[in-house]
Parts: sequence; structure tokens; C-alpha cells
Amino acid sequence: MAETARSTIDQSEVDRFSAMAAEWWDPTGKFKPLHKFNPVRLAYLRDTIASEFGRDSRDARPLTGLRVLDIGCGGGLLSEPVARMGAEVVGADPSERNIGIASTHARESGVAVDYRAVTAEALADAGETFDVVLNMEVVEHVADVEFFLSTCAKMVRPGGLMFVATINRTMKAMALAIVGAEYVLRWLPKGTHQYEKLVRPEEIENPLSAAGMQVFARTGVFFNPLANQWNLSKDMDVNYMMVARRPKAE
Amino acid sequence: MIDVLVIGGGYVGLSVAVAVKQAAPHLSVEVYEAAPEDAWKRDNRASAIIAAASRLLTVLGAWADIAPEAEPIRRMVVTDSRVGDPVRPVFLTFDGDVQEGQPFAHMVPNVAMVGALRSVAERLGVPVHHRMTASGFVNEGASMRVTRSDGEDVRTRLLVACDGVRSKLRDMAGIKTVRWDYGQSGIVTTVEHERPHEGTAEEHFLPAGPFATLPLKGNRSSLVWTERTEDANRLVESDDLIFEDELERRFGQKLGRLKVVGDKRAFPLGLTLARDFVAPRFALAGDAAHGIHPISGQGLNLGFKDVAALAETIVEADRLGLDIGALNVLERYQAWRRFDTFRMGVTTDVLNRLFSNDIGPIRIARDFGLGLVERMPKLKSYFIGEAAGVAAKGNPRLLNGESI
Repeated sequence: MAETARSTIDQSEVDRFSAMAAEWWDPTGKFKPLHKFNPVRLAYLRDTIASEFGRDSRDARPLTGLRVLDIGCGGGLLSEPVARMGAEVVGADPSERNIGIASTHARESGVAVDYRAVTAEALADAGETFDVVLNMEVVEHVADVEFFLSTCAKMVRPGGLMFVATINRTMKAMALAIVGAEYVLRWLPKGTHQYEKLVRPEEIENPLSAAGMQVFARTGVFFNPLANQWNLSKDMDVNYMMVARRPKAE
Repeated sequence: MIDVLVIGGGYVGLSVAVAVKQAAPHLSVEVYEAAPEDAWKRDNRASAIIAAASRLLTVLGAWADIAPEAEPIRRMVVTDSRVGDPVRPVFLTFDGDVQEGQPFAHMVPNVAMVGALRSVAERLGVPVHHRMTASGFVNEGASMRVTRSDGEDVRTRLLVACDGVRSKLRDMAGIKTVRWDYGQSGIVTTVEHERPHEGTAEEHFLPAGPFATLPLKGNRSSLVWTERTEDANRLVESDDLIFEDELERRFGQKLGRLKVVGDKRAFPLGLTLARDFVAPRFALAGDAAHGIHPISGQGLNLGFKDVAALAETIVEADRLGLDIGALNVLERYQAWRRFDTFRMGVTTDVLNRLFSNDIGPIRIARDFGLGLVERMPKLKSYFIGEAAGVAAKGNPRLLNGESI
């Protein structure tokens, strides 16, 4: 089946992340930028989900009862916190090695996450559905963005949400996210992002609309070097996030 | 598994525990205190609590119990003088409130403060274990294994050391300090006087070091009297008659006859700053992170600022589902507090060096500086705001009187 079906997997990308898997949970290691980025994206998705599903952000477990898919979960940097916030989380990643690291870490931390070494296509084919699908820092690493997004959209339940976070394909992003982060600041290993694989906002909105979803929130995310932290911003030229909703059935 | 284990049941340790538990009741929080059950009741010192700290104590639900024992500081007088000067030229006076009805500081007996915090801890279900401390700990990745002084092992996601300026846990964590000794000691005691102080605090910059009186309830004042260490020890050991005589030479007779009513104790003064406030699954707060000169009465208030920043860091991380003991989470607390602490440490150090001498040209220069401050109302209100801790932008919420 796999040889005939259209695939979203870019094997060279999977291999690159597998090679760094041991470092996922080291806040000073290769994934340091992701650790730094985590609070701002977690706060954004918690607050958005809370307001869409009528929850209180300040609750201990504001996502209780929601089924969430973290696609391209890597070492579980996002899956674990989302599970701690009360959600029932499926963490999916094509790399067996990533899933191994993520499962071990979750077990040691006493957090329940259902980790699976599967592709988005396989999950969709199996008829899995979710209240929230998270595509965080993933679309810039897949082989076929349009097909990937429509596959993910299929799994969003009516009234459910999809989050997409990625890097824009602009000269500013080239300068900051690739030259700056990989070559000057050395936050990321060289080759983490390739310019031609970066994704413009309309390249996300179009396939999502075609799949029957409405993008209702967009925000830029910008690194403030003086405060040494990421903040939400209006500027979507580099890092940005989008949220789409599948309308409730009439 | 314990979520937050606090070592040290003084006002800092109790406040951290209470602040976290209040905002995140689902977290398990425990306090270990090395001293026996009622030892805290024997502390007869009092402390100056700045407005920002009393706001924090209000949010924590402790202020209502403290308020009846708290004496507002309504006025502060600063002079630069020599012992026995018949008239002390006043260089600086601070009057009034940071806000309507809120004095910039209160004098609070330590017993009242610790007692109030202990009641809150009990109400919130935070256990305080006595004669208990940590004799060792190992970070095992997903948790910290702590060996208790009774030999048992417990696990915690975050270990918070509030065990004072000579923190053993800080040393065990391998955190180095910057420290030096001033060769001065602070004599601390309580005196009774015939006439009311009317809420006035005085600080006289005498050549041996600052001499401060701070108003307590009734006709009593708390004393912080700095001398060279050997002189301080001699004074403390002398009988009350000699002590009171020396005291009167410095305090003057404006409030009538003076009588020592508390224990006299001398504390050696130094500056101790921890190089790091955090390590994986480990955080320092209060004097364990910084011991500074009491010249500006800010040591304890720095501790409350630590409490506010650390509790907010822990609670916000927990609300995002993050690991509360992870180094990248704790670094926010460090970034929040280290600069302010360092600045306060340096400021008090410079003030002490500037004022604890009798060198003519320095006297003239410092008096000129104080005189300028006195004549510039804007600058003065800035200093009052700073001293009260209400001026800083980006304050943790508890210091603004908001819940986390």
C-alpha cells in the first residue's frame, strides 16, 4: 500500500531528526530553540483552545476531555505538556527513534501519551479523528504540503481545531531563521531548514479551505533578543501560527 | 512524588510554599524546617516590610493576621553625623505614603509574620515538618531524589532551598558564591522610650556604620546598630547600663529615657551573592541566594521579591503543562531576580563604603548628594517608590497585589 499511496514523508528529513533524537530533552542541546519557543506556542494554543471550547486557561487541567493529535511530535516536547494540561494525546512521528525517546521520557515523567510511529496518512486511513490537530513546526519538513494538510484536515472533528506553526518563505525569514539561527547564532544545526521548503501563509490557507476548514486566527511570533524570549507579534514574515476551525455540522 | 519541596520554614520558605499552593492547589507542596516545633516563637526581632511585600502578604491571606502587630513607618529621617553631635543636621526626610493609605513600609515582628504564614500553610494543607532537612540530593532526570535527615528518601520535581545565608543546600548543589566581610556587625535589639516615636524611622550615618531606629507598636523601637565587629561584640556582652549609655549617645534624648527590652545580639555583616540562583530541579530563594548589608533595610524584601518571581514562574510553567523543575523553566526566575539582586547588593555595598567613614572630602560630597535629593521632589519620590518596591516595571504579580 505504502508504495502506491501518495506520501508526505521526506526520508532525508526523517533521517536528520532521528540522528539528533537523543538530544530532544536537553534544554541546552540542539533543540534549545524549540525549548525556548515552547512557552509562547503552548500559551497560544492553550488560550485559543480554552476560548473555543469554553474552558478557563487558569484551570489546572484546561484541556481535559479533548482528544489531541500532535503530528510530527519528535521527542514529545509538545505532547507531554499538552497531556499534562489534561488532553488525551496521540503523538505521531514517522521516526521510530523519536518515538522511542518520546515514550521513554513520558514514562519517566509519569505523563500518559499514546506515541505511535505512524504517518498522518496512516492515521487518517484508519479513520482516527480528533478535537485538535497540532501541526507545529512540521509543514516545512514534509514532502507534499497540500496533500499533508488535507490529510490532517480529514481528522479534525466538526467544531474542532487545527493549529499550524511554521516559517514563512520570505527574504527576512531566509536572513533570520536560516542565516541567523543556523549560521550566525548557531542555535540550530546547519541544514535544519531549507529555504525552498518554507511555507507561505496562503499555501496553508488554500488547502485548508479546500478541505472545508476556516482559518480564523493568525499571529506572528518574534524573538526579542534583549528579553531573550519569544513573543506574539503582528509580523508574520518569519515565524507564524494559524488556527483553523472545522464548522460544526448543521 | 512531591511537586515542590521547600527546605527552610522561615518567612521566605513558607511564602514560596503558600504562594504556589494557593495558585495551584493540585500541586503537592511540603516544607522541611530544621528547628524544633516552637523555635520560631523565640525570635524577638522585627523587620521592615516594604509596601510591595505587604501587598504580597495580603494576596497570600497573611496580612490580616499581621496588621494588628504592624507599625506603619510614616516618616523617615536621614542624617550624616558623628557620635555625640549635639545637633544632627537632617539631610533627607521622607514623608507620606506610596499610595493613599499605604505607607511605604511597616515594622513587623518576625513572630507575627511567621505565625501568620504558618496559619495560611495549615489552612491550605501545606505540611511543615520539624527537625527535618535534606542531607543530600541527586538529580535523577525526571525527579530529584532527596535524602532526608531522618535517612529516608523522597522524590520531588523541584527542590527549593530557603535555608539562609549559610545555605548548606547551596553548597551541596555546587553553586559558588561571591562574598566578602565588612568587618562590621549589626547589633539588633528592641528599646523602650518615654515618648511616642510617631511613626518616625531614623537612620544616622555614623563613622562606624549606620545606626537606625525603626518604630514598633507602642513606645518601642527596633534598633539596627552597626559597629566594627569587635566593638559590637563588646557592647552586646556589656551590661545594660553601659549599653544604654552608649545607645543614648547615638539615639539622643528626644524620646526621653531609653530602656533595652529585648535580647541584644550582634550579627556579622557581609555580602554574599550566589553565582547562580538555579540548577536543574533546584532553586535558591531569600538569603540563600543573597545576603546583603542592612544599610537600606532591603535584605528581607529582596527575599519577598524572590518569592513572588519564583512562585509565578512555577505556577505559569505548570499551567502550560511544562516540567516545573526543568532548567529552562527555572531560568526565567533567575533572569527575573539576578540583576535586581546584584544591583541591590552593589548599591548597599557602595552606600556602606561611602558612609561608614569620617573622611572630610567624602563627607562633603555625600552630604551634597543627599542635599540634592532632598531638594528634588521628583527624585525623592522615585527613591521612595524604589524603596517601597512599587516602582519597578515588570514586577511579578504578587508584588502588585494581584494573584498569580
